Amino acid sequence: MEPINIQRGKIAILDTANVDTDQIIAKQFLKSIKRTGFGEFLFYDWRYLPSGDPDKNFPLNRPEFAGATILVAKNNFGCGSSREHAVWAVQQYGFKVVVAPRRETAGGTIPGFADIFRSNSVKNGLLTVELSEPEADEIFQMVERFPGLEATINLEEQRLVLHLDEEIAFHFDIEASVKNRLMHGLDDIGLSMKEAPAIDAFEARHDVQLRR
Amino acid sequence: MSQTLFDKIWDRHVVKTFPDGVSLIYIDRHLVHEVTSPQAFEGLRLTNRRVRRPDLTFATMDHNVPTDDRENIKDPISKTQIDQLVENCRQFGITLYDLKSELQGIVHIIGPELGLTLPGTTIVCGDSHTSTHGAFGSLAFGIGTSEVEHVLATQCLPQKRPKTFRVEFSGKTAPRVTAKDLILKLIGNIGTAGGTGYVLEYCGEAVRALSMEARMTMCNMTIEAGARAGLIAPDETTFQYLASGSRPYAPKGKDWDNALKLWKSLPTDEGASYERELVIDASRVAPQITWGTSPGMVLDVTSRVPAPDEVPGYSPKDVEQALKYMGLKPGTPFTEVKVDTVFIGSCTNARIEDLRAAAAVFKGRKVAEGMRVLVVPGSQQVKKQAETEGLDLIFKQAGADWRQSGCSMCLAMNPDQLSPGERCASTSNRNFEGRQGKGGRTHLVSPEMAAACAIAGHFVDIRTWDYEPVHS
Repeated sequence: MEPINIQRGKIAILDTANVDTDQIIAKQFLKSIKRTGFGEFLFYDWRYLPSGDPDKNFPLNRPEFAGATILVAKNNFGCGSSREHAVWAVQQYGFKVVVAPRRETAGGTIPGFADIFRSNSVKNGLLTVELSEPEADEIFQMVERFPGLEATINLEEQRLVLHLDEEIAFHFDIEASVKNRLMHGLDDIGLSMKEAPAIDAFEARHDVQLRR
Repeated sequence: MSQTLFDKIWDRHVVKTFPDGVSLIYIDRHLVHEVTSPQAFEGLRLTNRRVRRPDLTFATMDHNVPTDDRENIKDPISKTQIDQLVENCRQFGITLYDLKSELQGIVHIIGPELGLTLPGTTIVCGDSHTSTHGAFGSLAFGIGTSEVEHVLATQCLPQKRPKTFRVEFSGKTAPRVTAKDLILKLIGNIGTAGGTGYVLEYCGEAVRALSMEARMTMCNMTIEAGARAGLIAPDETTFQYLASGSRPYAPKGKDWDNALKLWKSLPTDEGASYERELVIDASRVAPQITWGTSPGMVLDVTSRVPAPDEVPGYSPKDVEQALKYMGLKPGTPFTEVKVDTVFIGSCTNARIEDLRAAAAVFKGRKVAEGMRVLVVPGSQQVKKQAETEGLDLIFKQAGADWRQSGCSMCLAMNPDQLSPGERCASTSNRNFEGRQGKGGRTHLVSPEMAAACAIAGHFVDIRTWDYEPVHS
């Protein structure tokens, strides 16, 4: 996995909450036995009309968002199925970072990202950035006013900067373990394999309860 | 110190905790299916790694298998994926229940049937509905393909300890209100992200009264509340289930006695604390129906389609989009909404008790004119049992299609799909846009509600119907 730290690029916005993994990559594209080739099918049923022509009303089809590498959406992005194909599709389309706001409600906080999507992202080096709702709203407004707006995400400093005439910067929180893995592009499996002696010792004392 | 059920299972499986707070957790069972595993096995080949514990790894094919003619898989890409699983299991020495096996079925249905799912164990699978197994007091959660590869290579996963959330269903449920209605009620209450970051533990009088199969339905949809895992403490109901049937992998004899001691020690200690708690009065829960494109868009069947500004937790814009997609007008009573297709199946509701519940409604009746009805048993064992009991005849006489086991129209990776605009009453778990076929409109309900809908042609309040249960 490539280490990631500073990402600068154009922002695309998708003003929808609870974007599920069935929308991100529909089931008909899950039959591949490869890890590649998913980018062109990202948001397929939203991007294309039944005729096969691009739907001009779908945000990612807006010409000013062509080549965007930062996707900003709403809360609970990536809910639903565990399919890692969703992360592959987002990355292979060209996105390096997904930003989503947590939402404060009377019943508690709704996180920006669903759990499995977020952990799948870490494994693939896709950076997920959670902001507050007012911060994300500001990005939505600024991108609508200045289409083609760029941002820089600095992982080490945990900062997202909007490149306006007068720059706006947001701080974001990230778990230390996740930050470390992403910044160093660590191979998770390799790290666990180094723990083989501990795993051996655990297996020697642990009952897996399997009848043979 | 007082511990919760979750704490006890977690602590039993910590191989090591790292300074950053992440723990390496040991996995007792790894279930594998054809869709999320090929890239994981390919990863092993590319790095020259082996499967550490093939004896703890079990595979089946369920997601894209046809439910009519299993001998001839017409879709060549589906066939490649299925053939690849056969090859991967052969190469790495993994037990596979393939389409020829009498034990094949949806992975979350065969795990419990085979006795692989046991209290106090950890179970993972590259499928979000792995939460199903939590019904036994097993810490079970869905993982992505990179994690599948991780578990294949190391039998472990680095995990951050989740928080705990106690959900009590107090009181007794009314007749014909099912585990499906209880879990949908919870999702409507806390939202589809309300459980994110938590492990849910279901308890209370109404949960204790549920059968093992009903508990599986409840835990199955935990992921629809955003939580990766749901738990129910093992009790006599659990032990009886494990002691019944053949359950080839469940402990027997002296091993059983030892296991029972462990299992009985698992329930949450008095005074143990949870990060979050919620009580739902089960006696007041009515049959539920989803009306939108998120499982949290759910109401009592006696309600009406809501207006965009009447839905807590969703923005009016998202509700408007959902209503447009679903072709529904605010104010319409649900019992007036007409349906084209009924799907009874999936890892949520395709066990034998689900089929009995549906058959009781179908018995002696005919499906509405033009109605397409698919009944897809969750496993070949469920299919065989249903046929022994004559349920298949009840379905067929009513005018329903009786199929082979698989995930089928729950996610429509196989040929069982909805057409654009087609409306479906479904016993599955997700009502996302296009989930059951592009443009298809899904309403999630219980098996008895789905069956009644097939007869009436529109949604009905199952509590008002006159019918007798079928007996096994």
